[in-house]
Amino acid sequence: MENIEQRVKKIVAEQLGVPETDVKNESSFVNDLGADSLDTVELVMALEEEFECEIPDEEAEKITTVQQAIDYVSAHLNK
Amino acid sequence: MSLEGKVALVTGASRGIGQAIALELAAQGATVIGTATSEAGAQAISAYLAEAGAKGAGLALNVTDEGACEAIVAGIEKEHGAIAILVNNAGITRDNLLMRMKDEEWDAIMDTNLRPVYKLSKAVLRGMMKARWGRIVNIASVVGATGNPGQTNYSAAKAALFGFTKSLAREIGSRGVTVNAVAPGFIDTDMTRGLPEEQKAALVQNIALGRLGEPREIADAVGFLASERAAYITGQTLHVNGGMYMN
Repeated sequence: MENIEQRVKKIVAEQLGVPETDVKNESSFVNDLGADSLDTVELVMALEEEFECEIPDEEAEKITTVQQAIDYVSAHLNK
Repeated sequence: MSLEGKVALVTGASRGIGQAIALELAAQGATVIGTATSEAGAQAISAYLAEAGAKGAGLALNVTDEGACEAIVAGIEKEHGAIAILVNNAGITRDNLLMRMKDEEWDAIMDTNLRPVYKLSKAVLRGMMKARWGRIVNIASVVGATGNPGQTNYSAAKAALFGFTKSLAREIGSRGVTVNAVAPGFIDTDMTRGLPEEQKAALVQNIALGRLGEPREIADAVGFLASERAAYITGQTLHVNGGMYMN
């Protein structure tokens, strides 16, 4: 079982079409990985499916970096 | 080229233009879910679909109930899979001169003809984006383009669909989802049957083809826009009005 960080990075790489090696914890989806606003919406959808959770819109808007995604998933999955 | 295996949602499908659209999409092979405001209407949809040997059913949907649009989409997706085609057809009229118009008449049009288009489109987008394929067709009206005395509310809501269609088309075009509008002219349905004869005769004088349209003729345009053949058409309004208005 891969850990959350690896799973998040894999999804980010797949969704945004970038090599996994480019996906750093501090990477911003828009500024570093070339995502547009629709890409970030789709990315959240993919995270919701991977981790079988629902991320409310107001939370989703705050997830702008890889680390923030990892933190969100970690905080809401350990239950 | 067929819609086999695709799920279509058509609102206001119990009669008139909506019924013709539901049957056209079913004839192309889609599983069609048609909505009506009442249970009886929903049963009538199930009945005519079954009679046509089509896959699908009627469902009751009161678009003004909070949460109803989201709930019906979730239910359909659970039972039949993601919705690939959405036809926003449901509509009512509450005609009155503006100086006599009641707030209830204005609000009824916005709540029934405009807001559900936003609600339902939003609800189906997730599935369409994931599939990288989707068709949204909004049924507008010629009066959204020409105006019509006594229909400030109706024509405002219909004109709003043109802008909605264009903006959403730009938003999600990159994901293989097209968004178009069809603007019917005067079509022979219950909605226009209520008009006085002399008013109808005057209207027909302004129609190049010299007659009212048939629901079937709107359904053909929608069927085309929903098909693979229209993959490169988005953000457009297709006017189907016998030459009553030419843009």
